[in-house]
Amino acid sequence: MWKRDEAVKPTSQPTPAAAPVASNVQPSTPVAQQAEPRRIERDLVNIGKSVVIKGELSGSEDLTIEGHVEGKIELKDHLLTIGPNGRIKAQVFAKAVIVLGEVNGNVTASEKVDIRDGGSVDGDIVSPRVAIAEGAHFRGSVDMQRKGAAASASSSASTASSTSKSTPPSQPAVAQAAQPAAH
Amino acid sequence: MAFSDLFSRRRKDEPDLDTGAAKAPVHSTKVLAKFIASLNGRTSPVLLDLGSVTGSNVTFFGEKLGCKIIVEDLSKDIDRAVKEKTLPELPALLTKRFSQEDGSVDGILCWDLFDYLDKHAAAALAKQVVRLLKPDGVALGFFNTIEPKEPNPAIYTKHVVVDSAHLQYRPYEAARGKQKPFQNRDIQRMFEPLRITEQFLLKSQQREVLFRKTGEAGTGA
Repeated sequence: MWKRDEAVKPTSQPTPAAAPVASNVQPSTPVAQQAEPRRIERDLVNIGKSVVIKGELSGSEDLTIEGHVEGKIELKDHLLTIGPNGRIKAQVFAKAVIVLGEVNGNVTASEKVDIRDGGSVDGDIVSPRVAIAEGAHFRGSVDMQRKGAAASASSSASTASSTSKSTPPSQPAVAQAAQPAAH
Repeated sequence: MAFSDLFSRRRKDEPDLDTGAAKAPVHSTKVLAKFIASLNGRTSPVLLDLGSVTGSNVTFFGEKLGCKIIVEDLSKDIDRAVKEKTLPELPALLTKRFSQEDGSVDGILCWDLFDYLDKHAAAALAKQVVRLLKPDGVALGFFNTIEPKEPNPAIYTKHVVVDSAHLQYRPYEAARGKQKPFQNRDIQRMFEPLRITEQFLLKSQQREVLFRKTGEAGTGA
């Protein structure tokens, strides 16, 4: 028990600047209000409530979003958590996605998409595993084809990144049949 | 008959909105197994679920059957129409509701949604079911056969697949109760040219129906 506290202590010490973390998350287009994520724990990057990002967001570590993101999010090999305050209007590509807030757009994950109680997704999901909790909202389609999901999470993220500038965020990247409409 | 039997039947007849998901009653189903069997042989079948989204159903149909599942929760449309007092416009709304192409869906889960619709809205929805189904596609529907009791409880049922022979019925709040039941003949006409291939009348007075679109059937739209 005591050892654990000691181990945690160094990481909880205030870092003078958040700059090293910011290098992992790279908004490629201008940010509306504030685009610099804060480090709150050792391996967790958090985009706070007041942050609005418009454009492309990519990174190589786990990320929690509590703010607003419009455009595209790409965390190829990492976990993306949309917090209860998170509002996403974007195409999402990640290894795993946990949704507690709102997502409007297609979600592609190579491992799992988890829509928790209170979470909302309007869009198409491609992932080999999908969990939708009681009390979650979902409208769209679910494609759990293992081959397709694994391939699309890794390849479509890269192909989409090259074509995303010409593709509007609201346009489905993987949708075949369903087009989510506003309620 | 044992006392326990009486109590278990009573529980099934009177859904309790406070019932937790785990405690919700489980009912046997005859037609679901046939529906699943129809989808089983297909590669990546497209499944349209018109009921409320249920995580375990998505897992069941997605992981076990390899379906691509499209969720279009019509109970929300019905609720909105009731609250906004636009029920007369519901048939027109249902006609435009589905963006999917003709003959693009292998299976449709209608559950008991038709029980909550008036005649015209039900006919409009049935036309869409006919339009969306692929040749040899199947649709599953549950139809109430008894007049709703007064006071008519405003409750939907979330049908959760336990296995191919059992469904858990989870009640949840609705804006309106079940409407006047459709006669067997009305159901047949509504879904023409679909063929009723399986039909079971359960002890609960609910009719389970499996519709199939024959290879030659038109779109019906």
